[in-house]
Amino acid sequence: MSAADIRLQFPLLSTQMNGKPLIFLDTAASSQKPKIVIDAISNYYETTHANVHRGVYKLSQQATDAFERSRHIVKHFINAPSEEEIIFTKGATEGINLVASCFGRKCLNEGDEVLISAMEHHANIVPWQLICEEKKAILKVVPITDSGEVMMEEYKQMLNAKTKIVAITHVSNTLGTINPIKEIIEIAHTHHIPVLVDGCQAAPNIAVDVQDLDADFYVFSAHKVYGPTGMGVLFGKKEWLNAMPPYHGGGDMIETVTFEKTTFNKLPHKYEAGTPHIAGAVGLGVALEFMQEIGLDVITEHKQYLLDIATTQLKQIDGLRIIGEASNKVGVISFIVDGTHPYDIGALLDKQGIAVRTGHHCTQPLMQRFEVPGTVRASFGIYTLESDIDALIKGVKKSISMLL
Amino acid sequence: MANSINDIQEELISEFEFFDDWMEKYDYIISLGKSMPMIDEKYKNEDHIINGCQSKVWLNAEKDGDFVKFTADSDAIITKGIISLLIRVLTNQKPEDIQKADLYFIDKIGLKEHLSPMRSNGLESMLKKMKMYGLALNNTSC
Ligand SMILES: Cc1ncc(COP(=O)(O)O)c(C=O)c1O
Repeated sequence: MSAADIRLQFPLLSTQMNGKPLIFLDTAASSQKPKIVIDAISNYYETTHANVHRGVYKLSQQATDAFERSRHIVKHFINAPSEEEIIFTKGATEGINLVASCFGRKCLNEGDEVLISAMEHHANIVPWQLICEEKKAILKVVPITDSGEVMMEEYKQMLNAKTKIVAITHVSNTLGTINPIKEIIEIAHTHHIPVLVDGCQAAPNIAVDVQDLDADFYVFSAHKVYGPTGMGVLFGKKEWLNAMPPYHGGGDMIETVTFEKTTFNKLPHKYEAGTPHIAGAVGLGVALEFMQEIGLDVITEHKQYLLDIATTQLKQIDGLRIIGEASNKVGVISFIVDGTHPYDIGALLDKQGIAVRTGHHCTQPLMQRFEVPGTVRASFGIYTLESDIDALIKGVKKSISMLL
Repeated sequence: MANSINDIQEELISEFEFFDDWMEKYDYIISLGKSMPMIDEKYKNEDHIINGCQSKVWLNAEKDGDFVKFTADSDAIITKGIISLLIRVLTNQKPEDIQKADLYFIDKIGLKEHLSPMRSNGLESMLKKMKMYGLALNNTSC
């Protein structure tokens, strides 16, 4: 199936913005949804909905089956060893907060260190800051190079007996860098330090195998992999999930409750308090199947192709500087243009029907690192066409000619 | 006596009627942004900054007799162009008039989206701040 055929399956992509055909280049912020996912969600509500894990009646059983079927699909998608290690969350942000809070309560003490990188999304900074403050632990930051790669020597040196966990992104949402995550994990494990991987931008772009990576925790959001918003996945190794205290208390996560003492349900339910986002799980399952049907290798290759042509053409524009020139990248390009502000370019592209993200992309420390007020970021999906890149280049040139 | 706030708004609305498409409008705003007399460098500091997350805005207000004089700047050109429109309408006006001004021209000339709080370019906060200056300077004069 060609990207043009795939694109036809996304209803929103054939609409207009500001009276112009929509050129959607903000997939890293959130992807559009294929009809099959939209239909699965409404079909679920029309035919299958009831609360899960509760009713003895048929409908509740069907809803539970649909919900658990998605867990099975997720397990395969990231090659997790078991379904008990797949926790449904409302997104990557919740997944990271869950680990920071539960791991932190169990393992962090005064003077301990948590290691993150300089390219983290705020979602992988702030939860750690909060727990570090509470536990009087210290947040340490591994620096990155000018091309946007983790400094591996510094990383090795910063690991020490005080380091209790490493939390790092697989792929940078701002720079597009694919980190050598397997190596990063391997090094941490030689010191017996667990690693949480923020897989938000990896899951939509490259095949993820949590067993091959040997990740202790891996999180991503459904809305970036063509699934619904308000839904996400936390993979955690059983040993950790069993050892850590629960996150939220409530229905479903308990075994027995008395006013004196409550015992907790087994995995994964221990971490899924309350009625979950059942329709979201159903949509996620269908979205992942949709990606698998196209093929992760095809997706990776398509984005690489778009990245290459976009990089080549953008670089030919006078005064344009690409922020993030790692040798290993996904289809995410950040840039700035001398003498202009990212906001100016974004506002003029918007008028031309081109949706890009401008600003700090929830990575303010990274913007400070590169000494820029923000960037313009174009990011690609499985539906992005070469003609979208052409439109972007034309749009950027026109914006520059108006601004300078 | 300066023109009233609404006179200036009407003036701007008719100026913008000449433009056929968004390109011409933005060309004009950009040229305003480039030619706008900027704020005195000494006011480009933390006390005068309005953080809009994406683009920065600096604003200063001074009382000149009965009137308030605004100067401002931004690091983004389009933001600056729109600032210059806001200033043209609100500068040299009486504090009480600034405070109760209804800036309908923004919508009429088709730039409303820039003043959305979600746009995070600092313009919405700047407008609030201008009105607050109106209030503050009004009180000190009483
Ligand atoms: C690298 C990265 N981490 C975390 C997040 C947070 O994801 P969400 O807002 O879906 O929880 C994002 C999304 O913006 C991201 O790109």
